[in-house]
Amino acid sequence: MLNDYQLLSVGLFAILASASTVSFALNRHAAAPTATLANLTERINAWWAMVAVLGFALLFGKNGLVVLFALISFFSLREFVTLTPTRRSDYWVLIGMFAIIIPVQYWLVWSEWYGLFVIFIPVYCFLLMPAMTALSGDTEHFLERIAAQQWAVMISVYCMSHVPALMTLPLPGFEGRHLLLVAFLMITVQGSDVLQYIFGKLFGRHAVAPRVSPSKTWEGLLGGLASASLLGAALYWLTPFTPLQAGLIAFLSCSMGFLGGLVASAIKRDQGVKDWGHLIGGHGGMMDRADSLVFSAPIFFHIVRYFWAV
Amino acid sequence: MNKLVKSWTSSLLAGFAWVITGVRPIWSGSAPSTRQRIYYANHASHGDFILLASCLPRGERARTRAVAAADYWGSTRLRRLIANDLLSTVLIERKVSEGAPHPMQAMLQVLAEGDSLIIFPEGTRNTDDAQALLPFRSGLYNLATARPDVELVPCWIENMSRVLPKGKFLPVPLLCRVIFGAPVALELNEDRPAFLARAREALLALDPRRKRST
Repeated sequence: MLNDYQLLSVGLFAILASASTVSFALNRHAAAPTATLANLTERINAWWAMVAVLGFALLFGKNGLVVLFALISFFSLREFVTLTPTRRSDYWVLIGMFAIIIPVQYWLVWSEWYGLFVIFIPVYCFLLMPAMTALSGDTEHFLERIAAQQWAVMISVYCMSHVPALMTLPLPGFEGRHLLLVAFLMITVQGSDVLQYIFGKLFGRHAVAPRVSPSKTWEGLLGGLASASLLGAALYWLTPFTPLQAGLIAFLSCSMGFLGGLVASAIKRDQGVKDWGHLIGGHGGMMDRADSLVFSAPIFFHIVRYFWAV
Repeated sequence: MNKLVKSWTSSLLAGFAWVITGVRPIWSGSAPSTRQRIYYANHASHGDFILLASCLPRGERARTRAVAAADYWGSTRLRRLIANDLLSTVLIERKVSEGAPHPMQAMLQVLAEGDSLIIFPEGTRNTDDAQALLPFRSGLYNLATARPDVELVPCWIENMSRVLPKGKFLPVPLLCRVIFGAPVALELNEDRPAFLARAREALLALDPRRKRST
C-alpha cells in the first residue's frame, strides 16, 4: 500500500504526464505550429522542472523548504526592485533588503520564532527602512520610493515566507505530516491558476477588469475557482480538515490567489511590462508564477493557525 | 598565466554575473558570431565589461578583450592581477603623455592579433542620471578608419548602473540585459563628428526606456 507522500507523487506525475501527452497530441495534429501551442508546451515543461525542484527540496523537509523559499524570495525581490524606480541614494536600503531582510526573515521561520516572524518586516523594517532613506538626505520622490521598497519586501519576502512557516505550526495529531499541508496549499492555488487559464481559454468572454488584464475573465475565474475548490475538497486527506472545510479553505485561498494575480497585473501594467522576468520558460518571471501564492499563503497560514493550532 | 585558469575565471565571473543580474543578451540587429568585432557600450559601472562578456558565446568570450583605464585598473596589485592576468583586459592611459605609447597602438595591436574588443567610447563612467550617454571620445572613429573590416556592434547595457554604482563595492541584485544592435560602419567621406554622432545615436536607440517613452 502506498503512503500519502507516495500517493501524492504518483498523482502529480500522472497529471503532468497526461498534460504532456495532450500537448504532444495537439502538436502532432496541429496544421501549423501556433504561438499558443508552443507556449503551452513550454509551460508544461516548466511545470515538470518546478515540480522536480520542489520535490527535491521536500526531501530535506523543513530545511529544504526554508532554503527553497528564501531563494524564491530572492528571485521575486530582484524582479520587484528591478521594476520600481530607485535612486543612487537607495543603495544601502536595497543592499539591506537582500543581505539582511531575506536571511533574517527565513532564519526566524527556521528557528520557529513566531512572535518576531510576524512583526519583523511589518513593524521593524517598516519603520527603519524609511528612516535609512531619510538619513541618506535625498527627498526626491521620497514617499514613492519608501512605499515601493516596503511593498517589495512585504510581497516578495514577508508573504512568501508564510509557505515554509506552515511547517512550524503546532497541529495536534498532525505531527510529521506538515509537508502534505504545504503541498495542499501549493497544489490548490497553482492548480487554480491552471484551471482558470484552461476555463478562460475555452469559455472566456467577459473580462473581470479589462483595463488591468484582458486575459482574466469571469468564465475563467468562476470555472477555475469552482473546480479548484472541488480539487481542494478531494485532497482533504492531505490536511487536518474535513472535506467540506478543505473545499471552503481552498475556495478562500484560490480567491486570494486570483486577487494576487490581479494586483500583480496592475503593477506590471503601470510599469509598462508584460512579465516580471524570464526565469521560468513560458510563464515569465518568478513573480508571474508566485503572485497567487503570496496572496494566499498568509491567509491560509492564519486560518490554520487560528482554528487548528494549539 | 595558465590558459585553463583564465577560462575558468571568465566562466566563474560570467556565472557570478548571472546569479546577481540574471543577465540575458537580446540580439536585435546582429547575431552572435565568431567574426572579429568591436563591441562598444554605454559605461556606468566597473561591472560593465564582465556583464557584456558574459553575454557572448564562450569561444568568443575567450578572445574578446575589454579596453580599460590603466589609471584605475593598473593602480594596485590586486586590480592589476584581475585586469591583466585573469581578464586579459587591454590597459590604456587615458591621458596621452609624451614618450608613452599612444593608446590607439595597444588597441590596434589586439585587433592585429585577431582578437575582438570591448570599448566604452564615453571614456569614463557616466554618473549623471539626467544624461543617458556622454559625448563620445574619438577612439571609436580612429578604430573604424584603421580597421574598416572589423564590425562595430553597439551594445546597450541596461540597469548595471543600479547594480554597482560608482564608488560602491557590493552589487545590488537587479535584472540586467545587454541589447546588441545592428553593426555601424564608417560611410564614404564621413568625417569624425558625423560618424561619432551617428554611432552614439545607434547606441541610444537601443535603450528600451527611450523606446517606451517615445
